[in-house]
Parts: sequence; C-alpha cells; structure tokens
Amino acid sequence: MTTEIKLPFDKEYVSSFSKDMGEPAWLTELRLNALANAENLAMPKPDKTKIDKWNFTQFEKHIVGSEDFASLNDLPEDVRNLIDLEAGDQNLYIQRNNRPTHLSVSKELQGKGVIFTDIFTAAREHSDLLQKYFMKDGVKTDEHRLTALHAALLNGGAFLYVPKNVEIAEPIQAVYIHDNKEANLFNHVLVVADDNSSVTYVENYVSTVEEANGIFNIVTEVIANANAKVQYGAVDTLAKGTTAYVNRRGVAGRDARIEWALGLMNDGNTVSENTTNLVGDGSFGDTKTVVVGRGEQTQNFTTKVIHFGKNSEGYILKHGVMKDSASSIFNGIGKIEHGATKSNAEQESRVLMLSEKARGDANPILLIDEDDVTAGHAASVGRVDPLQLYYLMSRGISQKEAERLVIHGFLAPVVNALPIEGVKRQLTAVIERKVK
Amino acid sequence: MAGSVLTIKDLHVAIEGKEILKGVNLEIKGGEIHAIMGPNGTGKSTLSSAIMGHPKYEVTGGSITLDGKDVLEMEVDERAQAGLFLAMQYPSEISGVTNADFLRSAINSRMEEGNEISLMKFIRKMDSKMEFLEMDLDMAQRYLNEGFSGGEKKRNEILQLMMLQPKIAILDEIDSGLDIDALKVVSKGINEMRGEDFGCLIITHYQRLLNYITPDHVHVMMQGRVVKSGGPELAQRLESEGYDWIKQELGIEDETVGQEA
Repeated sequence: MTTEIKLPFDKEYVSSFSKDMGEPAWLTELRLNALANAENLAMPKPDKTKIDKWNFTQFEKHIVGSEDFASLNDLPEDVRNLIDLEAGDQNLYIQRNNRPTHLSVSKELQGKGVIFTDIFTAAREHSDLLQKYFMKDGVKTDEHRLTALHAALLNGGAFLYVPKNVEIAEPIQAVYIHDNKEANLFNHVLVVADDNSSVTYVENYVSTVEEANGIFNIVTEVIANANAKVQYGAVDTLAKGTTAYVNRRGVAGRDARIEWALGLMNDGNTVSENTTNLVGDGSFGDTKTVVVGRGEQTQNFTTKVIHFGKNSEGYILKHGVMKDSASSIFNGIGKIEHGATKSNAEQESRVLMLSEKARGDANPILLIDEDDVTAGHAASVGRVDPLQLYYLMSRGISQKEAERLVIHGFLAPVVNALPIEGVKRQLTAVIERKVK
Repeated sequence: MAGSVLTIKDLHVAIEGKEILKGVNLEIKGGEIHAIMGPNGTGKSTLSSAIMGHPKYEVTGGSITLDGKDVLEMEVDERAQAGLFLAMQYPSEISGVTNADFLRSAINSRMEEGNEISLMKFIRKMDSKMEFLEMDLDMAQRYLNEGFSGGEKKRNEILQLMMLQPKIAILDEIDSGLDIDALKVVSKGINEMRGEDFGCLIITHYQRLLNYITPDHVHVMMQGRVVKSGGPELAQRLESEGYDWIKQELGIEDETVGQEA
C-alpha cells in the first residue's frame, strides 16, 4: 500500500525544465512518465531500516544558481585536495550543486572517441547513445518512488562512454560539490564501457557546508559490455543533516569485470544500495566498502551481487566503524539464479562499535537457486576490545591514539585492498578526519 | 644519576569484588632485578596488572608510587610515560596495525610534539634490536601479535622493552611456553637492559629463567602477600625443595588466594 504524496514539482514544471535544457523528446517523455508514476509507486524498503519518516520528497528548490570557479585554484580547499592541480592533460569533471563548472578531457581520449561530459550535454549531443543505456538495463524508473523521482527531477550528473577496445590507464575523475544549503541533487552517472574496453572512474560527493537539509537522490549505472573492465571508485562525504538515497548499480556482460571501491562517509542519514548484476557468463563483480558513522546518523548499506551468468564470481567485503550514537545496518546479499552453474558468491561484513550508544548490525544473506555453485559468508559485529586499548596504552599511547590505531587497523584490510590508489589515499584522509 | 624507585605499600587489589592482593609491600630500585616466585593462583599476575592499571583490577587499599609520584592517580598511558613497562603474559593481537607503526606511535608518545623520532632513525633502531633478539625482520611489517606464535609474542614484548627503555619493567611470566633457545634470547634481551637506570620485576613459576638472569632479590607470594624474601639462593632452594617448606614454616595449608591460614 502506498501513501499519497503531493510532489513539489508538477508536469508543467518538469516539461518546461526539460525544454529549457534542450533535451530530446524521449528524455522529456521519460521524465513525465516517471513523474506520473512517482505519486503511486511505493518507497523502497531497505531491510531493517525504517525510512518512512525520512524526507525524500518535500523541498523548495529544484535548481540553485551557482557561479563558475574562475580557475581550479579557486576551488574550495576540500575540493582542491581531491584533485591533482599540476596534472596537465587530465580528465576531470566538476559540478557545483547543479551546475557543470569544469570539464577537461584529454586530446588522447577525445581522439579515441571517448565521451566524457555532463549529463545535459550528453542528452543534447549524444542523444541516441544515452537513450540506449539510460535507465534501461541498470536502474529502472519504475522500481519505486525514489527511482521515479530521480528520473523526473534529474538535475545533474555525468556520462562516460568508452568505445570498443579502448583501454584507459589514467583514472577519470568527477567531483560533485555541494556548497549551497538550499541545493537538492538528483544526480545521474552513467558509465558505459563497450566491448573489450577498460576504464577507472573516481567520484566524490563532497559538502563544503557544515550542515544542510538537502535531499540527495543519486543513481549510478555502470554498463560493462563483453570483456570490458570498469573500476568504479567513490568517496561520499555529504554533510550532516542531508538525506541521501544512493543507488549504484552495475551490469556485467560476458567475461566483464566490475570492481567497486566505495568509501561511504556521509554525515547525514543515508540509504546506500550497491548492486552488481553478473549477467554474462564468466563475469566478475567485486565490491569493497568502507564506512565510518558518527553523530546521530542512521544509515543502511545494502550490497548485492546477483549471479545470472555461468562461472560468474561475486565478492563483497565491507567494514564499518560506528561512533557516538550512529546506527547502521549492513546487508550483504549474494544471489545465485537458477542456471548460473559453477558460480561463486563470497561475502564478508564486519562492524566495530566504538561507544555504548553506537549500533551496528550485519546481515549476511545467501540466496541460491542452483546446486552446482560455491558460496561463503562471514559477518561479525562487536565492540572495541578494552584489553586492546589497555595493551596499546600500556606502551604510552593515549586512549585517543589507541582508538585511532584500532579503527585504522579494523578498516585496513579493506582500504589496503582497494584497487584504486587515489581512492585509497582519499579514504585514509577522510577516515583520519572522522575518527579524530 | 641513579635510577627510579617503585614503591608498593600495603597494596590491596580486588577483581569483581573479590580481594586478591592483601597487603603487598615491595620496593624496586634502578639497578636491581627482583624475582617474584610462587605457585599458581597466589596473586603474582594480579600484582603486575594492578601496577600497570588493567581496567578489571580495582585497588582497594595501599599505594604505588614511582619516585614519589602517585601511580594510582595516573591513566595507563601516563604510567607508561612515567617510565613503567609491563611485558604481558597474554599480549593482545591488533589486526591492521603493523608492529612498526605501533612502536613508532609508542616512542613518539614520549616525545614533544615536533620532536618525533625520524623514520630512518626509528628503522635503524628497530632493525638492530630485532637482530639482537634474532627476530625475522619481516615481523616489523606484520600486524601486531596477530598470528604470532607464543615464542614470537614473548620476543616481541622484549623488543618493545628494548625500544622503549623504561625505568622500571615488570615481566609477567615472560618465560612461560618458551623453548630453551627462545628463553636464552629473551634473557639476553633483559640482561642487555641491565644498568643503574633500569629496575626490573620478573614474575615466574620457574627457577629456569633465573639461571640466565641472576636476580638481586627473590620474593615468594602466597595468599596475596609476599611471604618470604631473600637473595638468589632462595630461588635455588625453591627449585630443589619446592614450596612446602615455606608453607610449613609459615603454617600455610593452601597457598592460593582466599584460603586463609
């Protein structure tokens, strides 16, 4: 059963916004259909977290005005730290709230036919290609109210297309800056790696405001076609007070690989879903997730790998630390569909609670519809061991420093295994900041 | 200048409401090596834990001072910074923290900010101590005590002792579970520390360790008290005759804590 809602934006607004952005007719139509559905569709139901009181639908502004930065040197410090200002010919997209504010794509990649641009430009200039993949095989508009709202109110994002046989060594980077308290973001990232290509994409959602009530409805789709390889890194650091729904989903074709390296470090309430559909035979999915929760926030992290293809391999590894009164649910789901013979689904979730009031729960779930497979799971939830702290302190290390060492140590097996150096470095810095 | 003095006076300690130590008196000075011997369950390890500030042990009476400063008022890390060290019977395993990172944090905790030990100097020092203790140099990069064998853990405790150079060290059953070669190495490390500025309290069941480290003073604990003290010859007599003669001399039937005479 669904509750009726009144959406803050109607179809006249949506169609005129779409027109102002110069969008092709298919996209306008997709938005309007989604908007019509949004009222009737149910909210998503993340397992074991009640989100019916969370505000995902009521807000004032769909678009906030943002100035461009005069140069990369004028970026806020928190953002400058994320990028390499010295790099000459780099591939970098920066978005300020809803506004695309910087884009550079190297000559080399342009020459190879790589497309990397903001989502609106993609809709105008690469309409057919975008239409082929946008909310088709990955995330669908009518899954629930939030995916419908996302499509209807899409107001930011990026599109990355890597043509067949193109292998890109350097990471491609996107930074989504949130620096306006009135901003709400419906951001869509679509990464398509065509046959035999390979690419690494790294993104940051970074708030430079201390606290804001913004709504973030973020969808990522990664399409890895036959034998393609995508490494997808993300470090989310949205501010306290924000409400976020983050859905990152990958679809792996035959022999394709999708590797996720996720640092989910928001300070607001967050529902984060990460799903990898191993559709092709011999496909491979690997998710490594690191979480630090603090303050009063409530979060739900659901990581899912679904095996359709034969000989597909899926790995989930996530470690989370909960401080203060933070509470989190870690759902790990490995699902092997009938026919996905010789597949392997492995997962490990570990949660460390640092205070009496912190809450963490790990739910490992294996759903297996095929006999000829292998699967395994490990999960643990525990409090920091006072004897470990005693041991460290008995060598002169202060309690704070001892806790810091234990937390870094707890997260290290995931951080050290992250496939992308830049994400590893950024995450270490964010963890340092959050556990201090 | 002469070393530090650790003074324990009439110390009473309880765990979960049960009194284990019932008035321990002891003084350890720089330059001295003391050994506390005694059968199981007489309060030896409780004494070491209480000195270091183990969270489960409650001091219910008496005092511990280091050079006149009240140790019982200090947090665990402050006790270490004041110059105390405890080689633990069961060192914790800490995943994800390398031995080297841990030891560097420990050394730097004693330094003024901005005056930390340089990485090169630290590595040189650590390598040389590890070689001295015949440890595999790879152990610097292994996670602290994780997957270490019993003998490796004990060596690692002595490595920490040599790196941190405390004024007074307590070694709680550093010899248990060691084969003779490891025992010799551990003893070599402790003997290397010997000097005017270093006082040591060795807690052990066995005379065996004292063949390699000659103590200046030997104490016997029973029923939560030091019941007899003497020189190195006391340890030898315990080795050949056991504890029964002391029990007879003092009229003790059961030496463990809670069995009053």
